[in-house]
Amino acid sequence: MPEMTPAELRARLATALPAALVEAEPLAITPPPAHGPQPGLFNPPDPLVRPDYLVSAALWVRDTLGYAYLSDIAVVDYLYAGCFELVYRFYHPTGGSSVVLRVRVPRDEPVVPSLTPHWPAANFHEREAFDLFGVEFTGHPFLRRIYMWDEFEGFPMRKDFPRQGDKYLGGESEG
Amino acid sequence: MLQTQELQVNIGPQHPSTHGVFRMLVTVDGETVVDLKPVFGYLHRNHEQIAEANSYLQNMPYTDRLDYFNSMANNHAYAMAVERLAGIEVPERAEYIRVLMVELTRILNHASAVGFMINDMGAWQTPLAFGMREREKILDLFEMASGARLMCNYFRFGGVVRDLPPEFIPNLRELLRALPAYIDELERLLRDNEILLQRAIGIGILPPEVALSYGVSGPVLRGSGIPYDVRKAEPYSVYDRFDFDVPIGKVGDVYDRFLVRIEEMRQSKRIIEQVLEQLPDAKGGHINPKARQNVRPPVGDAYARIESPKGELGFYLVSDGSTKPYRYKVRAPSFINLTPLADMCRGYKVADIVVILGSIDIVMGEVDR
Repeated sequence: MPEMTPAELRARLATALPAALVEAEPLAITPPPAHGPQPGLFNPPDPLVRPDYLVSAALWVRDTLGYAYLSDIAVVDYLYAGCFELVYRFYHPTGGSSVVLRVRVPRDEPVVPSLTPHWPAANFHEREAFDLFGVEFTGHPFLRRIYMWDEFEGFPMRKDFPRQGDKYLGGESEG
Repeated sequence: MLQTQELQVNIGPQHPSTHGVFRMLVTVDGETVVDLKPVFGYLHRNHEQIAEANSYLQNMPYTDRLDYFNSMANNHAYAMAVERLAGIEVPERAEYIRVLMVELTRILNHASAVGFMINDMGAWQTPLAFGMREREKILDLFEMASGARLMCNYFRFGGVVRDLPPEFIPNLRELLRALPAYIDELERLLRDNEILLQRAIGIGILPPEVALSYGVSGPVLRGSGIPYDVRKAEPYSVYDRFDFDVPIGKVGDVYDRFLVRIEEMRQSKRIIEQVLEQLPDAKGGHINPKARQNVRPPVGDAYARIESPKGELGFYLVSDGSTKPYRYKVRAPSFINLTPLADMCRGYKVADIVVILGSIDIVMGEVDR
């Protein structure tokens, strides 16, 4: 069973694809306080990849390292840090723990190249991320809403989506 | 020359063989499937957003509703994710009880999945009743332990909510005695039936490399011949102490997926017998007495996954240090296992679609979330 720590993965990635890595800034999860230091800084150890290098980094993880099972793509909306973080999780088909690649895109222009043409496992994960968060995956063959209906406006999993009283629920009386 | 054209047909959302409200937009050329587009969302309730507005413990009964056949398995994956996030230890005895419950769930799920699949092939209701028969006895056991048959809500952070009642183990032993004959009977229902064999062998083939590239998991992946089982690949709980095999298929057709499920029921029974041997010596109680249920994990993230009966079920949680999860993401196996559906159906007949879908074994509560 191959095991690889985030630090090892970062070192391997730095020699194989040096242009892909970016230095990760700690993310603010909670709103900034009136005074004092920012609490709730989140700084995961996994390598952070530049969005335009995501596809080559993911395919490198699959073809060179052999982590051929793409398990999950999770999007997290860091509203106070102003970015979306995409967490790509890969496993080795012979077993062992995961390796993770992270990508951050600004909230006002969330565009990530699609993995689906090269790796079909990403298909529904990306459609779900597009539907609920509005992350655009360029090159996806069929990027349509997967849960909400096509005419739905807005992206319900974003942290600034109104929790009640939107146009579908009907006015202020809701909730 | 006769003019022909391709036709678009909607299967579902209201259709007895779609296992819930699921629609397939099928392009057919005569009886042959040319293309298929799955359409979901009819049961979508934005589970993840609701969960982010709840406290960690409030979500425990809510995970029951994801895959309502396997509430124990959902509980297990979620409890593991929160325990990893908050650093909660689980006593040995609690781990054994958890494994016991999840393996019973696997038997229950596979029995009814096989029953539903035969139902989809047109053997209306009677085989399904066979599939449901032992399920009832397992549900009785669940009711003894948790008080509920379907929405068990039995797990807590650091263990399970209460210890097994005294009458549980004798009833379980009785069930285990009846189980081998029952599984054989279920297997013979398909193996000895010429019509069912013709509907299953060589249908919906998913080659191993294609299965892996689509990221499917569970019996669908193993039916294609890849021995990937989270219980072996990344042992969690106390699964490294048990001796069991991972059955795999040969070609990856509907028949192989059926056989893998049958064999997994036998392996689950083996695990349960080992649990019963080791349970009396297990240390600790049914729950870690120091574990707070009103958890407030430190800032960070955690991903925990289990081999649920349908595949890899994972929960990704991000904590902002409060009592509610900042991000709660479910990696639902039935949802991802639908990715290769179009590829599996292409070139087969319309009537095969329902059989192929039945062999994937989906629950819409989990697909649509």
